[in-house]
Amino acid sequence: MNLTLKIWRQKDARDKGRMVDYKISDVSGDMSFLEMLDVLNEDLNNKGEDPIAFDHDCREGICGMCSLFINGEAHGPDRGVTTCQLHMRKFKDGDTIYIEPFRAKAFPVIKDLVVDRSSFDRIQQAGGFISVNTSGNTIDANAIPIKKHDADRSFDAATCIGCGACVASCKNASAMLFVSAKVSQFALLPQGKVEATQRVLNMVNKMDEEGFGNCTNTGACEVECPKGISLENIARMNREYLFASVK
Amino acid sequence: MALDSKIPEGPIASKWTDYKNHINLVNPANKRNIDVIVVGTGLAGGSAAATLAELGYNVKAFCFQDSPRRAHSIAAQGGINAAKNYQGDGDSTFRLFYDTVKGGDYRAREANVHRLAEVSANIIDQCVAQGVPLAREYGGLLDNRSFGGTLVSRTFYAKGQTGQQLLLGAYSAMNRQIGRGKIQMYNRHEMLDLVIVNGKARGIIARNLVTGELERHSAHAVVLGTGGYGNVFFLSTNAMGSNVTAAWKIHKKGAYFANPCYTQIHPTCIPVSGDHQSKLTLMSESLRNDGRIWVPKNLEDAKAIREGRKKPTDLSEEERDYYLERRYPSFGNLVPRDVASRAAKERCDAGYGVNKTGEAVYLDFASAIIRYGKEQAKIKGLNTEDEALVKKLGTEVIENKYGNLFQMYEKIVDENPYVTPMMIYPAVHYTMGGIWVDYNLMTTIEGCYAIGEANFSDHGANRLGASALMQGLADGYFVLPYTIGDYLAKDIRTGKISTDLPEFEEAENNVRAQLERFINNKGTHTVDHFHKRLGKIMWDKVGMARNAQGLTEAIGEIAALREEFYRDVKVPGDMYSFNQELEKAMRVADFLELGELFAKDALHRNESCGGHFREEYQTEEGEAQRDDENFAYVAAWEYRGKPSEAVLHKEPLVFDNVKLVQRSYK
Ligand SMILES: Cc1cc2nc3c(=O)[nH]c(=O)nc-3n(C[C@H](O)[C@H](O)[C@H](O)COP(=O)(O)OP(=O)(O)OC[C@H]3O[C@@H](n4cnc5c(N)ncnc54)[C@H](O)[C@@H]3O)c2cc1C
Ligand code: SF4
Ligand code: FES
Repeated sequence: MNLTLKIWRQKDARDKGRMVDYKISDVSGDMSFLEMLDVLNEDLNNKGEDPIAFDHDCREGICGMCSLFINGEAHGPDRGVTTCQLHMRKFKDGDTIYIEPFRAKAFPVIKDLVVDRSSFDRIQQAGGFISVNTSGNTIDANAIPIKKHDADRSFDAATCIGCGACVASCKNASAMLFVSAKVSQFALLPQGKVEATQRVLNMVNKMDEEGFGNCTNTGACEVECPKGISLENIARMNREYLFASVK
Repeated sequence: MALDSKIPEGPIASKWTDYKNHINLVNPANKRNIDVIVVGTGLAGGSAAATLAELGYNVKAFCFQDSPRRAHSIAAQGGINAAKNYQGDGDSTFRLFYDTVKGGDYRAREANVHRLAEVSANIIDQCVAQGVPLAREYGGLLDNRSFGGTLVSRTFYAKGQTGQQLLLGAYSAMNRQIGRGKIQMYNRHEMLDLVIVNGKARGIIARNLVTGELERHSAHAVVLGTGGYGNVFFLSTNAMGSNVTAAWKIHKKGAYFANPCYTQIHPTCIPVSGDHQSKLTLMSESLRNDGRIWVPKNLEDAKAIREGRKKPTDLSEEERDYYLERRYPSFGNLVPRDVASRAAKERCDAGYGVNKTGEAVYLDFASAIIRYGKEQAKIKGLNTEDEALVKKLGTEVIENKYGNLFQMYEKIVDENPYVTPMMIYPAVHYTMGGIWVDYNLMTTIEGCYAIGEANFSDHGANRLGASALMQGLADGYFVLPYTIGDYLAKDIRTGKISTDLPEFEEAENNVRAQLERFINNKGTHTVDHFHKRLGKIMWDKVGMARNAQGLTEAIGEIAALREEFYRDVKVPGDMYSFNQELEKAMRVADFLELGELFAKDALHRNESCGGHFREEYQTEEGEAQRDDENFAYVAAWEYRGKPSEAVLHKEPLVFDNVKLVQRSYK
């Protein structure tokens, strides 16, 4: 395949940034999107130009490090995948592809396509945990049976990879899906119930403080979430939050 | 320096308890005056940082990713072992200990492995208390499955995302301490050197990867949980950033590097498809519980499949060779990884490979789908003879167990594995070698510790599945917090370590000089160009099978490649900015040294054991032939200016509790 790429270039956080055109040829359908960028970068580097910065690590859809807004969609046109799992067979010869960073006020650009998502960490530091000592003096893991159904739903919420696609695709740049996934994981487990009230208040307040927008229930986040995190979690978090605020 | 493993006296079952009863403790008020640096926030580093902070030490934690949650551990799929015996199938601390020592082909240290087995049960309790949603049965209790190389079900899991859930558990424990101000977290920071003052590890030089600035950080002890070095092969199942740099830098400063050649080749990975490929993807070993591995029985069929004239489903049962079940009737598809990997290579080398390049075998779920489907139909009172229904029900069961793995496969290969059998081939996965540590997990540098995959201690020559996660968390949550306290008890009056000391100055200058050298080099080839060439030498000559001639060639070729790299590498941009090529250059430079030591280690070990297979040393049936007489030791290498001049030190391995026998899975 021969493709035209329109890629966001921005030297650093202060630079204004602009779209730049690149041509790439001989792209095979078996390449992942990031491998295609590797090839482009190798070429730029050989020509003495600065390669394009983008985040990635595991390249198998689990670390949440890759991002990229591709043709107006977080993680590109394929459903239920991260950018590293997107393959070039989803594109056609002659296509023009727009590649931009995940934009949100709470995700400032570091360089080119790399953004700073540490606001997500700070939300979790505000309460995304169960306050148990790591001493190993806990009760036997089977002492509290948990319904398979609850454990499974908790697991489903816990599969959020913290990629930020939900924020990038929300017109309000809301982090509700991400935060609600974490709140839900704990809310569904007996171990997490004890400090549920404080947790949801702290996390939601922190989310607002970090500059994420409001949720207006448009649902774009759920559509673009590579892990299929469901809107149900937002409903659950709202209930938890309401309950906590009247307590 | 003579190696002292500091294994406590006494019977194996009480060593750890006795040890803990006699170590020095630091009073809580004094812990506040002690700083500890933890490099790495994977399962090992993350759990260590959280626990040390909770005990009261001031912890500074570092990772090169943008968040601790993204450490490579997140990718682990299959599960974590623990001797809980919940299934009542005969598991025990001793049996886990025994299986692990045997699975490591008797090249691991008994005392460490026993301790690991002892604390394993505790890990599960700890994680569940933290809200890790491990898989459960309908009765509400935890579920288990089995992994290669064992006859019991002791593996705990969370679908195919066990590492993710365990890491998020450790990350949440860290977050709690970061929130309390007990851990200072440095994301996007890379450790580039260790600082030693008066013989003791007292700090690190780190580069802020966003601004490019070099920073000095001091502490009373330094802990490395920096993971493994499988990426020396370029293609591996490791995350792209996994590297040897931190371990290599401390090696150059005096830490011995043990058994570098022990690499695990994992049998169930997605085969290589082309030159553009940047990494290989693992399909969890748990798939071997239900998947049957085969190649065509006849060469013509294999050829027809490769040329696309036949489909795997066209072959009848009689036309298939389930070679693992044939060769190893008692373990079948669940033989350990080294055995399964070599068997696949053997079949492909003999011409039976099934993909275009002839380097793939099938992993087939058809019979499991039927088996589960019939079971479900029976449970639900439906017609067990209705083929379509049985297939549908069976597919649902498989989907429930391995759904995300199947999805991952389909995305990469563009084939539906519920219908066509998966294609798999071995790939580099895990490194059992690493920094040499004593029983306390301390390296040969005082006050410098190594935990998790970065150390060498618990796995021997072939790690069994689901034991790396166990080791990472055991080290971090339950072992290091005790052993490091014993050391730090001497430091309560030391006070803050100044970063103005000349040792910091010197280390920083050296790092800066190295960075500048790359920026100013202006050569003609990219970093990846050299990394790929290194990987090819490693895979061809130091890979799944090795021989003296190939290894000797590899040593020369790597040394030459290293010279060329320094002469001709080209790194764009500048030092004081976000520069991913420069990050890679620093890592590949270290791989180019490690690779040579790796080959040298493989060459000197004139035996085969586990993941180290020397073609000259095999039984008549093609199995690994150990030489316990001459090689029952840990090979710990001391740096002397060049990998070729490294000096070998031996830690003899003493087996008092398990008898050394030929490993057989027949
Ligand atoms: C695909 C896959 C599946 C696996 N499945 C299983 C399984 O089912 N069961 C099992 O037991 N094991 C499994 N493993 C192995 C297991 O995941 C690893 O061995 C284990 O997670 C290693 O943990 P760790 O904490 O030692 O290191 P890692 O998780 O690799 O963490 C390394 C940390 O060090 C940091 N770091 C490294 N160098 C530097 C530096 N210079 N400066 C600053 N920070 C640095 C990184 O940022 C990271 O935080 C699997 C591995 C892979 C690749
Ligand atoms: S909710 Fe989905 S889109 Fe948002 S961070 Fe988590 S995985 Fe990514
Ligand atoms: S690189 Fe890890 S999810 Fe894409």
